[in-house]
Amino acid sequence: MTVRRIMGLETEYGISVPGDPMANPMFLSGQVVSVYAAAQGIRSNQSSWDYAFEDPLRDARGWQLDRQTADPSQLTDVEDPTLANVVLTNGARYYVDHAHPEYSSPEVTLPRAAVTWDRAGDAIALESVRLLAARPGQPPVNLYKNNADGKGQSYGTHENYLMPRRTPFPEIVRHLIPFFVTRQVVCGAGRVGLGVDSRGAGYQISQRADFFETEVGLETTLKRPIINTRDEPHAVADRYRRLHVIIGDANQLDVATLLKTGTTSLVLGMIEDGHLAEDWSIRRPVAALQTVSHDPTLQATVELADGRSVTALDVQWMYLEAARTWLDRRGDDPEPEATAEVMALWEEVLTGLGRDVMSCSPLLDWVAKLKVLEGYRARDGLAWDDHRLAAIDIQWADVRPEKGLVHRLRDRGMLRDLVSPEEVKAAQSTPPEDTRAWFRGECVRRFTGQVFSASWDSVVFDVPGRASLQRVPILEPERGTRAQVGALLEDSTDVAELLRGLAAPE
Amino acid sequence: MPGQEHAKPQRRDEEPPEAPEAPPAAPAGAAVKEGLSDDIDSVLDEIDGVLESNAEEFVRGFVQKGGQ
Repeated sequence: MTVRRIMGLETEYGISVPGDPMANPMFLSGQVVSVYAAAQGIRSNQSSWDYAFEDPLRDARGWQLDRQTADPSQLTDVEDPTLANVVLTNGARYYVDHAHPEYSSPEVTLPRAAVTWDRAGDAIALESVRLLAARPGQPPVNLYKNNADGKGQSYGTHENYLMPRRTPFPEIVRHLIPFFVTRQVVCGAGRVGLGVDSRGAGYQISQRADFFETEVGLETTLKRPIINTRDEPHAVADRYRRLHVIIGDANQLDVATLLKTGTTSLVLGMIEDGHLAEDWSIRRPVAALQTVSHDPTLQATVELADGRSVTALDVQWMYLEAARTWLDRRGDDPEPEATAEVMALWEEVLTGLGRDVMSCSPLLDWVAKLKVLEGYRARDGLAWDDHRLAAIDIQWADVRPEKGLVHRLRDRGMLRDLVSPEEVKAAQSTPPEDTRAWFRGECVRRFTGQVFSASWDSVVFDVPGRASLQRVPILEPERGTRAQVGALLEDSTDVAELLRGLAAPE
Repeated sequence: MPGQEHAKPQRRDEEPPEAPEAPPAAPAGAAVKEGLSDDIDSVLDEIDGVLESNAEEFVRGFVQKGGQ
């Protein structure tokens, strides 16, 4: 039993030019990515991403969607040279996804590292904004770490978890839906407005809840499902599945990100181990998701399949207690401190939410935001439909420290941080050491000119003097670590030498 | 309700003895006013200083294309 698992986070940032709502977001997103890549000396045309193994229409339930029946937004592997798409030296992918700049973190193994490399993405977004602002004649472009514009549009923050292929998908669905419907009380980012276009006045726990329409499905941009079935493992397909989670919010508070990734990893571990025997299925889960989100007092109840009526906190306690018995039973955790940290914070947060929601304001995004909003409401007598509250909700997510309200709270010491600014700064340019992200990122850093393209599961080199491109597959996420290839990378003065070293018997 | 019986005793074990019968949570507004720390006023003052001056126009101008 462990929290350790290959995982990663993807964030599509909101993008806007103040005073110009008609500015072309695809063009702007391309500028955002290109300006950062150029400052790192990295080529940023889309051909630098290797699409050979991408398969966005493969479905975890075992079939493949026909290209003709797919919505164009589902075709994420079509090359368009006008769009920027790069691998950074920290092993992340930074590119234009639809009409947003997206940062996909490198693969990590622990929740703390997920927090670190997620915040590195925010630092990269900020630096991109600064670089653009320094260009003469460039209109200011701002980025926002949120998931809804209040006019009906949503954009995602996704999580990825590597799982063994042998775990039956129906078991994953059955045990994850109740967990996903209720985990928002821990990792919701909070939103002003009810309904996809915020036409209802009020505050809700989740940015994304109102945008979900179905329980299980392949889509990510329409008919969004609680369980997404996209099955592109970006790894040895016979051994692994990559669970692509689209129901999360963009978090900025460290504890929320740690718990989002950590508790989900624990629940997946229990599913893989067959530890969750009881059926906690929730009736009408999509409606329940929204019922939970729309009640910041946490008193709303949902109905389980066996007729029990429970709160979201009750359900989270059920999963926590199950994790505790699982932990007690199995003493084979390679990362006991990381697991213990997640368990302790999970319990602290559930206990705090049960006694006094506001006690969790240093820990959870939706509570911290609610505290500021309620402060304004109390001081200025504002109703929930006041524009100032909607403005606070947006500005909450501004990546710039002088404007972003989370930054203001952090600077005042009002948030419990888990990683230091120095760790975040280092993670902007350095990959995690214990996954293949190390090989990917270090290749980009050391051999920028010779890396023709790269992807999650490959690095393609253009070797001087060789007619054909040399493709190095990295299909095992735990191979290519610093321990395995650090010395070889260190000793290789050029790509040819690196390739000879990789081909040599160990 | 059986579900609550299932979940809550475990939680009560975790509660300190001084709060064995926590009252039901108050509605959000009331809970917030109790939870407001002394420095919330200075936080709001600081946020006043960085908030966009024309909130209505700022909110109207934040328009996004849909994503994943």
